[in-house]
Amino acid sequence: MNHVRDALPDFRNLGVVARILVIVNLAALLAAAIKAPRFAQLADAFVDIALVVEPVLIATLCALWAANRWLAGRPYWVGVAVIAVGVMWLTAGAQWLRASVDSEALGILRAGSFALLLTAFLAGYFHLRNRAFSPALAEARLQALQARIRPHFLFNTLNAVLSLIRKDPKRAEHALEDLADLYRMVMADAADLTTLGREIELARQYLNLEQLRLGDRLAVEWRIEDAPRDALVPPLLLQPLVENAVYHGIEPGAAPGTIEIAIRREKDRLHVKLTNPYHPEHQHRQGNRIALANIRERLQLHFDVEAELATEVSGPNFEIRMAMPYRKAASHPAPDSRAAA
Amino acid sequence: MTAPPPLRIFLVDDERPARDRMREVLGDLAGELPNVVVGEAATGYEGLTLLPQLPVDVALVDIHMPEMNGMEFARHLAALERPPAVVFVTAHDQYAIEAFELNALDYLLKPVRGPRLAAALTKARAGGAVRREPLERAAAAAGQGPRRYLSVSERGRIHLVPVADIVYLKAELKYVTVRTAEREYLLEESLASLEEEFGGTFVRVHRSCLVARGRVRGFERVVDEDGEGAGWAVLLDGVADRLPVSRRQWSIVKALASG
Repeated sequence: MNHVRDALPDFRNLGVVARILVIVNLAALLAAAIKAPRFAQLADAFVDIALVVEPVLIATLCALWAANRWLAGRPYWVGVAVIAVGVMWLTAGAQWLRASVDSEALGILRAGSFALLLTAFLAGYFHLRNRAFSPALAEARLQALQARIRPHFLFNTLNAVLSLIRKDPKRAEHALEDLADLYRMVMADAADLTTLGREIELARQYLNLEQLRLGDRLAVEWRIEDAPRDALVPPLLLQPLVENAVYHGIEPGAAPGTIEIAIRREKDRLHVKLTNPYHPEHQHRQGNRIALANIRERLQLHFDVEAELATEVSGPNFEIRMAMPYRKAASHPAPDSRAAA
Repeated sequence: MTAPPPLRIFLVDDERPARDRMREVLGDLAGELPNVVVGEAATGYEGLTLLPQLPVDVALVDIHMPEMNGMEFARHLAALERPPAVVFVTAHDQYAIEAFELNALDYLLKPVRGPRLAAALTKARAGGAVRREPLERAAAAAGQGPRRYLSVSERGRIHLVPVADIVYLKAELKYVTVRTAEREYLLEESLASLEEEFGGTFVRVHRSCLVARGRVRGFERVVDEDGEGAGWAVLLDGVADRLPVSRRQWSIVKALASG
C-alpha cells in the first residue's frame, strides 16, 4: 500500500475554501483576459464570466461543505468523479439559464468543459499538496516521538518505582502499569487524529507518575467539565506540553507549584489553556521551544489556518493557549480513517 | 580482627523516593561495606546548613535540583576546612557526565545498582575530599553558568552570600573582600576567576576591584592617590565607600552611568 493516503481535502477548512475561491477566480480572470480584445473591456468580460462562475462556485462550496463527511467516507476516485461531474452539470446548467435567449450549444459545451478542466486542475493541486504534506506530517510525528518523554523522566520514574517495590508493592504495580500505557501510546502507530478524551487520559497518567517522585511539590488543577471528549485532536498534543510544564515550571522551584489545564468548547472552536509557574532563570534550557514548534507545526498540518497557538508570560505564570476547530469523532471510525503509514 | 569504621554518608536529592531508594541500596550493601547514613537534605541550601555540623565521609549528591544544583552545592562544600568526598548522582545529563569524565569526578546513574555504588564509595574513601578546581572546570564544561552564591567558611560553617546582594569585590593581600550592604566577608578565591565567572554582573573599576553593575549610582571627582591630578571615584548604592576608578577602566565604567 502507498505510504501517502489519497484523500480529498477537508472542505470545511477555511484554508481549503480560500484556496478554491482564489484559484477559481484567477481562472475566471484569465479566461476574461483571453476573451477581451482590449484591456478596457476586461472588466465587462470578467463580469460576463462571473455571472456564471460565481453562483456555481458558491453553490459548489455549499454542496461540498454539506457533503464533506459523506465524501470523506468514499474512495478517493469516486469522490473526485462525483465532484467533477456535478460541477460540470452545474456550470452547463447555469450557462444554459443565462443564455436561454439565444441558446447556443457550443457555449454550453464550452462552459461545461471549462468547469471540468478547472475541477481537474484543483483536484490535482490538492492531490499534490496532500503528497507534499503527508511526509511532513509523518516526520513531525516522528520528531514528536523523539522530543517527547525525556530520558530524564524515564530514569527518574524507574528509580521512584524501585523505591516503592519493598514498601508499597501495590503502588509500584500501578505505576508500572501507567508507564506501560504511556509508552504504548507513544509507540503506537497512531491514527491521523485521536480523541481529546484519550489525550486527557494520557496526560493524567503522565502526571500520576510525576506526582510519584515530586509528591507535594506538584499540584494539578483540571478544568475540563465542559471539555468535549469526542473532539478530534492531533495525537500527543497535551502530554508534551504537560511534560514541559513539569520540567520548566515545577522542577526548578523548591516551593510547591500548580499546573492548570483548562479545556472548553466554544461553539465550533476547541480552546486549550495550560498554565504553570514561570522561572525566568531556567529558560535557557532548549526543550520548551522545540516541543512548542513541533506542536505548532502539527496543528498547522492538520488544521491549516484554523489553528492557533500562543504563549505568554503573565505575572508569575507561563501560559500556553491553543485553539482549533471542534470536530466530532465518528462513534465508529470510518474504514479509511486510519493512516496507511 | 578490626573492622573499618562504617562509612558516614550524607544524601542530597530533591526527590524523596530517590533518597529512600538510596538508603535501601546502602542498607543492602552494609554487610560487605559497613556504612551509615548520617543525614539527608532535599535542597543544596539545606544540605549546606546540615552537613558541616556532621561527621561525613562521602556526600551522594543529585545534580538536577531546584535553586542550587548539585555541582554548585559541591563547590560550596569545597570551602569547608575538611570537606567530604563527593559522588554525583544523575538520571540523565549528557553534558554533566562528559564534564565529570573529563575532570575525573565520580558519578552514578539512576537507578543506582549496588555493586556500582559500592565501587564508588570505596573509591571515594580512598580518594578523599572534594577539591574545588576540577569542580570549577567541570561546571564550566557542562555550561552551568555562574554560581548563585559565594561561599565563605566561618568557624566550620558555610556562609552563603547571594551574588545578587554583593555591592563590590576587592582584592586584598591573600583574600578577596566581599562587600554587601550589611557586612564584609573574606573569600579565598582570585579576583580574576571571579571576574571571569561573573563578568555579566560585575565590572572592573580598578586593578583590584569589581563593582556590581546594577549598583553604580554615580561618580565623583577626587584627587588621585599619588596626588597628581584628579581622577574619578564611583558611588554605589547601599554602601558609603567611594572606590577609585583607574584611568584604564574609566571609559568602560563611565558608560554605565549614562546607560
